[in-house]
Amino acid sequence: MTDKQISDIKNRIAVIAAWIVACLFFFPIFWMVLTSFKTELQAISVPPKLFFKPTLENFALIQERTDYTKFAWNSIVTSVGGTGLALIIAIPAAYAMAFNSGRWTKDILMWMLSTKMLPAVGVLMPIYLLSQKFGLLDTKGVLVIIYALINLPIIMLILFNYFREIPKEILEASRMDGTSTFNEITQIVMPLAWGGIASTALLSIVLCWNEAFWSINLTASDAGTLPALVASFSSPEGLFWAKLSAVSTLACAPIVVFGWLCQKQLVQGLTFGAVK
Amino acid sequence: MTNLRTTALGLTLGVAGLSAASAGELTIATVNNGHMIEMQKFTSVFEEANPGITVNWVTLDEGTLRSRVTTDVTTKGGQFDIMTIGMYEAPIWGERGWLQALEFGEDYDVDDVLPAMRNGLSHDGNLYAAPFYGESSMIMYRKDLLDAAGMDMPDNPSWGHIQDAAAAMTDKDNGVYGICLRGKPGWGDNMAFLSTMANSFGAQWFNEDWTPALDSPAWNHAVNFYVDLLTNYGPPGSSGNSFNEILALINAGKCGMWIDATIAASFVSDPSQSEVSDVIAFAQAPQAVTTRGSNWLWAWSLAIPAGTKQADDAQKFIEWATSKEYIELVAETNGWSAVPTGTRQSTYDNPNFQEAAVFAEAELKAILSADPENSTLNPSPYVGVQFAAIPEFQAIGTAVGQQMSAALAGDISVEEALEASQKAADREMKKAGYY
Repeated sequence: MTDKQISDIKNRIAVIAAWIVACLFFFPIFWMVLTSFKTELQAISVPPKLFFKPTLENFALIQERTDYTKFAWNSIVTSVGGTGLALIIAIPAAYAMAFNSGRWTKDILMWMLSTKMLPAVGVLMPIYLLSQKFGLLDTKGVLVIIYALINLPIIMLILFNYFREIPKEILEASRMDGTSTFNEITQIVMPLAWGGIASTALLSIVLCWNEAFWSINLTASDAGTLPALVASFSSPEGLFWAKLSAVSTLACAPIVVFGWLCQKQLVQGLTFGAVK
Repeated sequence: MTNLRTTALGLTLGVAGLSAASAGELTIATVNNGHMIEMQKFTSVFEEANPGITVNWVTLDEGTLRSRVTTDVTTKGGQFDIMTIGMYEAPIWGERGWLQALEFGEDYDVDDVLPAMRNGLSHDGNLYAAPFYGESSMIMYRKDLLDAAGMDMPDNPSWGHIQDAAAAMTDKDNGVYGICLRGKPGWGDNMAFLSTMANSFGAQWFNEDWTPALDSPAWNHAVNFYVDLLTNYGPPGSSGNSFNEILALINAGKCGMWIDATIAASFVSDPSQSEVSDVIAFAQAPQAVTTRGSNWLWAWSLAIPAGTKQADDAQKFIEWATSKEYIELVAETNGWSAVPTGTRQSTYDNPNFQEAAVFAEAELKAILSADPENSTLNPSPYVGVQFAAIPEFQAIGTAVGQQMSAALAGDISVEEALEASQKAADREMKKAGYY
């Protein structure tokens, strides 16, 4: 067997392994979509049914029972708002850390990241009480603030890495021309790192869209997002798998399409610096 | 710079945008159960009859509902004007002044509400929540399998009889298990059932001096019986099963018997949901040494938190949703088999309901026989059948539930589980200052 043949076999094995892993990841989503077209009785049948007469009754019921568009709109506003607010804070901060880094820069970054390791429920009561105090319970505003705060460390880290790729000489030249710090960020750094900022924003939007804990705990009838809608279909007494699958499919669909359209940028954002 | 300022101002205003509930707007927190969902569909009837009041629903899963309404009521958050709560919360929250006492006019006919429900939702003679639907527990069994085994089911069977019937009905080769019972940990899950079973074996949660009684021989006997029964004749993975998992199994014809909430009767006897609806029969919960506390009592009820500014409108809604007229409205629209049960004597007296609901008699008998104030063989200091109505019980029940589930899964022995449970309960009660 020649080296080329061995290399071909290795490649094929790698491709098969990749497909298996991809299928494993995709299977729950496939099953969720499939179940959404079943009746409740078909959804719980043992053994599970792969072939059945599909029905749209679950989707009709969701339409009848809930205001899907309101929840979807809340998801859009809070995801985009949270990401926007986080970027407004993160861009100048990442700029400062990337171009004026000091002895503690990396430690500060690590400290910021460490806040992600704290279980969200640990700060539920203080955040709930603060929201209550400021009259922000059940508003999109509180979710915008929370989403910005919880994604800030990751956004900071990614932007920091992007900004470090910009040659310092360009900034030095602009300073020689008397550019202010604000203009340096908006007219030099941001245009140069635009791809990175966009992919970071996309990633943040996906993370905000899928966030459930805060949405469920801080909203009531006005500001609930799609994950809160999904959670409302779980029932302690009665069959709900088919309905839950249908509402989950509806909640996932917009962000899956969005992710598919922005696939290239998302992968770029997630793998940036991985092969240095 | 101007752009930045404008953006910042816009964001600040957007973030601060409040959405205070306007006058006449009721926000109701509820759970995603069938009867509650039906109530949401009939909201327009209430709104038409009460111009100026609009109703917003917040539907949550049971666990989230509990934590949300608890947070709201304790912090006086004011997010909800009406809360769906259970029989555990109503007297405790009422006592602490977190709920408004309900007072109804003569038309409401409060005496028609089943006494067990009224008492369970009251404290010091004040009713703090109105029952929307109530339940006890009973046996639901496959009559065809029992007949084939040459056995019968008395109306008040013993646990020994249940064991024999489970053995006779089990056909593991064909995926049929003699008995299905809750095993998923949680004070409202496996411990709701196990508490009633332990009661019937003569056990109780606390002695008269509030010391935990989980180390008693009665608990040991009951839990050993439960573990053996499910290990020999129950479905695999019972330690993860609760109401819905077992409902799916029995509806698919995989369980011979199920002892659970009476509300399940309407699901298992519904041909659109169950493959075995025509062969299901009902009997009272089994007993060992006593019938006291052998079946639980629960009601999903509507209550008004003390912090609401819409108390009058909230009272109007509760009066409507828990009235005889509402039950008739559901019956007219969906049929008598679909009405919320377990709350009013008049429902059970109605011949149309008796004809439509094959489980009516068994359900009423179970509810009427449950007595939260006298649920144990020996005297106990607490009120409640499947729980003790004290704030500490939630934590204790959940901790004990985890131990029982571990014992059922075979991870630890029953003796180890009970010992750990006793320690956990003892620690919690000492911390709370009971002794």
